[in-house]
Amino acid sequence: MVALMRPDVAPQGDRSARARQATVVLFACLALVAALSLGTGASGVSLVDLAAGWLRGEAMAARDRVVLFDIRLPRLAMGMLVGAALAVSGALMQGLFRNPLADPGLVGVGAGAGLGAVLAIVLGGLLPAGLAAALGQYLVPAAAFLAGWAATLLLYAVSSRQGRTSVATMLLAGIALGALSGAATGILIYLADDRQLRDLTFWGLGSLGGASWQKIALAAPLILPVLLLSPLLARGLNGLALGEAAALHMGVEVERVKRLAILSVAAATGAAVAVSGGIGFIGIVVPHLLRLASGPDHRYLLPNAALLGAALLVGADMVARLVVAPAELPIGIVTAVLGAPVFLFILLRSRGILDL
Amino acid sequence: MLAASHLTLRIGRRRILDDVDFEARAGAVTAIVGPNGSGKTTLLRALTGEGAAEGRITLNGIDIAAARPARLAAVRAVLPQATPLAFPFLVAEVVRLGQRAGLSAADPGLAERALSAVGLQGLAARPYQELSGGEQQRVQLARVLAQVWQPVGPEGPHWLFLDEPVASLDIAHQLQVMRLARGYADAGGGVVAVMHDLNLTAMFADRVALLAGGRVLAAGRVSEVLTDTHLSQAYGCALRVGVLPAQGPYILPQAAGAA
Repeated sequence: MVALMRPDVAPQGDRSARARQATVVLFACLALVAALSLGTGASGVSLVDLAAGWLRGEAMAARDRVVLFDIRLPRLAMGMLVGAALAVSGALMQGLFRNPLADPGLVGVGAGAGLGAVLAIVLGGLLPAGLAAALGQYLVPAAAFLAGWAATLLLYAVSSRQGRTSVATMLLAGIALGALSGAATGILIYLADDRQLRDLTFWGLGSLGGASWQKIALAAPLILPVLLLSPLLARGLNGLALGEAAALHMGVEVERVKRLAILSVAAATGAAVAVSGGIGFIGIVVPHLLRLASGPDHRYLLPNAALLGAALLVGADMVARLVVAPAELPIGIVTAVLGAPVFLFILLRSRGILDL
Repeated sequence: MLAASHLTLRIGRRRILDDVDFEARAGAVTAIVGPNGSGKTTLLRALTGEGAAEGRITLNGIDIAAARPARLAAVRAVLPQATPLAFPFLVAEVVRLGQRAGLSAADPGLAERALSAVGLQGLAARPYQELSGGEQQRVQLARVLAQVWQPVGPEGPHWLFLDEPVASLDIAHQLQVMRLARGYADAGGGVVAVMHDLNLTAMFADRVALLAGGRVLAAGRVSEVLTDTHLSQAYGCALRVGVLPAQGPYILPQAAGAA
């Protein structure tokens, strides 16, 4: 990472080779963090011991098998999915709004998705029994997805005039949306019973602690297509960096790119928030670090954001599990503690941002 | 050939363009002039398919309203008055954004050549945001040039649409940019430019459309359009063509390079 951050520049003003190197380095980082994450945990089961046992031809103990395949592996997979989803959503949203400060968590989309989930938790019981049974465990993620999508659309409509998106309006609208969903959540808390209150509290803190293969099966169909297909939007987002008119004249189907980007952000953020609650700063810090390291070209930014987001969140989860073991910190606290200073540092050293 | 007929555009009840006919040929520089608010930029936007004007526009026989953006991008590039840039791109990366939208996308040295053409050689690796306003405007021109680098393509002439290409430039760079446009037209491409500077227009344009109040006041050869009567009427002040001031220094671009 340190080598990647050096702001020196290739002679011809072409950073694509560096961005491709970054992809390789990030892939290696993710593999390393993933291996470390699989090997650490409150149970003390060590990957090295397991590997040694496997090499000696011993069968794995039932307890070790449960720890590895039903606790650590789903948690790792969910951390990678959620981290990648948040980082790619951030990059997409920043490209769409043409602003490096746009982030699904910062501008109210996360809050909208959270409100949808809270609504489903507290009022889900009021649904007709047939419908509730049909939706089953899909109810909460579906509500988070729809509410996140609605919040994204509302935000975009409020802050765009004649093809220009006002950043100030966007941030203020995000604050209003956040306040509104806060108030609505307050009402729901007032209405909730004890069990629902416990669910709600877990939700707000954000955690990978509830990871299970079922939750992954819910989130993956929404997140994976966004991760795999988002590079198709790269050319359009690069064009949009010069404004909508310039993008149009460079052959970009502007309205289609905007619609697909909004849909992708709503799907990925909605699914991530649905399974892991509110986890901040990944969406804003990851794309920013990558732009510093290898430039803003979305052809490389989007896949690299997925890799770095996954690696960072898995790393943060490891910290969350280890600092107060055998208990664990909510991961939202870890990402905020690590992310907020980075964010402030970015604000301090990027003069350009002050002009926005 | 660019042909537009009966263009009308209303904003609210006001007609920004009022039944405008416009023509431009490949191989010529066609200028659009007129006072502030006369509809010059709106006309250029309508001609490039931006904004929904009534009327019919064809470029090389392609119906602008029905064509896909990628089809048009291969044939013509557009330089707006000002271009915001959201992210910290390098100069050469901005130029390559244009290059990749056109037919010369695979040419590895094109960005450098386009930058040289606008007098910015050696700035390729600089962050775009660190350049001055005039330099940024020329980077954008290089981007637009890189998109339609060959003046004539497999399906006919290519086109440059320039909205006040020399507005923020010093006189030397004004001349450089206008010579570039002239050269593009001489090589068979089409150039349509919104101009404020009547001297540069007289120097470099083949044909001129003079707008006033959203209508075409006069259109044709430079000498037919830029007359005392037309200009005085359009700009609302008494103007004389070809008359030197009695006293005081004056600097004309026409005299540049004359010893």
